[in-house]
Amino acid sequence: MTEIFGIPIQALLGQLLLGLVNGSFYAMLSLGLAVIFGLLGIVNFAHGALYMMGAYVAWACLDAWGLNYWLALGAVPLVLGVVGVAIERIFLKRLYQLDPLYSLLLTFGLALIFEGVLRDRYGVSGQQYPVPEALQGAVNLGFMVLPVYRAWVVLACLTVCLATWFLIEKTRLGATLRAGTENPRLVQAFGINVPRMVTLTYAGGAALAGLAGVLAAPVVQLTPLMGSNLIIVVFAVVVIGGMGSILGSILTGIGLGLLEGLTKVFYPEASSIVVFVVMVLVLMVRPAGLFGKEK
Amino acid sequence: MVTNQSTLYRNARIVWGLGLLALLAAPFVGVYPVFLMNGLCFAMFACAFNLLLGFTGLLSFGHAAFMGTAAYVTGWMVRSAGLPVPLGVLAGTASAALLGLLVGMVGIRRQGIYFAMVTLAMAQMIYFICLQVPYTGGEDGLQGVPRGTLLGLDLQDDRIMYFVVLAVFVSVFLGIVRIVHSPYGQVLKAIRENEPRAISLGYAVDRYKLLAFVLSTTLAGLAGSMKAMVLGFATLSDVHWSLSGEVVLMTLLGGMGTFAGPVVGAVGIIGLQNLLADRVGSWVSVIIGAIFVFCVIAFRKGIVGELLAWQQRVLQARRQAPSGAAK
Repeated sequence: MTEIFGIPIQALLGQLLLGLVNGSFYAMLSLGLAVIFGLLGIVNFAHGALYMMGAYVAWACLDAWGLNYWLALGAVPLVLGVVGVAIERIFLKRLYQLDPLYSLLLTFGLALIFEGVLRDRYGVSGQQYPVPEALQGAVNLGFMVLPVYRAWVVLACLTVCLATWFLIEKTRLGATLRAGTENPRLVQAFGINVPRMVTLTYAGGAALAGLAGVLAAPVVQLTPLMGSNLIIVVFAVVVIGGMGSILGSILTGIGLGLLEGLTKVFYPEASSIVVFVVMVLVLMVRPAGLFGKEK
Repeated sequence: MVTNQSTLYRNARIVWGLGLLALLAAPFVGVYPVFLMNGLCFAMFACAFNLLLGFTGLLSFGHAAFMGTAAYVTGWMVRSAGLPVPLGVLAGTASAALLGLLVGMVGIRRQGIYFAMVTLAMAQMIYFICLQVPYTGGEDGLQGVPRGTLLGLDLQDDRIMYFVVLAVFVSVFLGIVRIVHSPYGQVLKAIRENEPRAISLGYAVDRYKLLAFVLSTTLAGLAGSMKAMVLGFATLSDVHWSLSGEVVLMTLLGGMGTFAGPVVGAVGIIGLQNLLADRVGSWVSVIIGAIFVFCVIAFRKGIVGELLAWQQRVLQARRQAPSGAAK
């Protein structure tokens, strides 16, 4: 039993693991998008750029000051959180009265600015972030060789996703947040500072994107465009899952990552479009998305 | 109010006349014809896009896919299949229409912000297909498309080609004006203003939106086909999402929902890119991004929109001044 449909089982499991890694990033990014969309009602095009900046900030800090990976995991989300606060306070808060299309265009413009600045500074050729020492190497499980860092990424992403889910669905803070999504004016009447909550939510989403960036840095080639190329796939993931449910976006993200991995094994030419094809099929059958609510 | 309107129309006619004269004279006063033709193609593209965003209220974030596909189809038909130029352009435009129908049928199942995401994702799918199929030349693009002849005229001559492009542009422009002022255009406006209301009035909103989408992608395709003929090549950057973003910016900067706005915006952005490309390198994208942010925050009416509003204010003031004096 070393082959399935003529594919060596090692290769199959390897691609599935890669798919799981990609899927974890889809899950984490679509989760951030969903949280921001839920409270602010905007689609954050800059999410990909924030993810890219997370990876670059980690790399630049390592390059300049030798800041190690574990510290970067803590520090980079904070930096990106501050960037998020700035974006929300300076730009987004002026647009809440308008059609949400305007904030999509604004965040698109911001993404162009971030990418342009980094491209000017670092070029398009790409940087490599070394895998931290403690997570180097691979474990032989008998049926496959498991690179430790990849296992760690999947584990870390899932933990963060579940923690976010817990925070929003099961805690008092999350309840306030959800109430703010339903009816911000009523929540404000209860004495809760809604504008601050909105700012912090956007900052939280930005921090999540930054954290995803740090986690991704050792497994991808760092280029200024890595965010935009990813975010378009994540948009498709969001459309497929529907923005309604947090667990829904996590499951959809991981499922689509796995599906992409499988496609790479069986029909590699289609691997870059399989997510979009699924999106078309889902829109035909269930326009609101797999976990979305019809409005 | 009547005098106001007629003054506005008269002023508009004067501006249009002057604009057309300027376009007719431009190649004779030393403006580089290829730059002008490129600008006109993008102006056509932006006008087609504006039909959707400005007059129907649908934001498509994947319009480059239609322009680029048409450019590829035209290029391939003329260069590899040896079709005459008009048929090649027709084939390119038809391919954009067909693609628009398919994408539109999926896209209009979601509204507002989702529509933008769906069109963006489908355009990215088209990009990947263009990257992989053998007909497009992959990363190198489709090079060396000959311009050929039209009715015995040699299109290799830049000036002759310019007037062909200008004729196509003017027809597209007038066509869009006609569409917007037709009863159909009024229904589109009703959908833009209040979709649930249009539904409750008994309009088959989805069908109207789909037709608007297909019209827009068809004209975007025509712009792409013309561009492939003008420049003699079609590349992946024609189908890339960054071009889809640029056409949004052209429309926004010029003024969405105005007729002249997209033309002004397209020429402005193309001119700016030509001006900056050699001097500032990657800062072009920073500058484009900054214009985007500026337009969204402080300049939502766009250049033409602001001019119209200013003219309206001036006329208003002039009308009120005498009545104030009479009191």
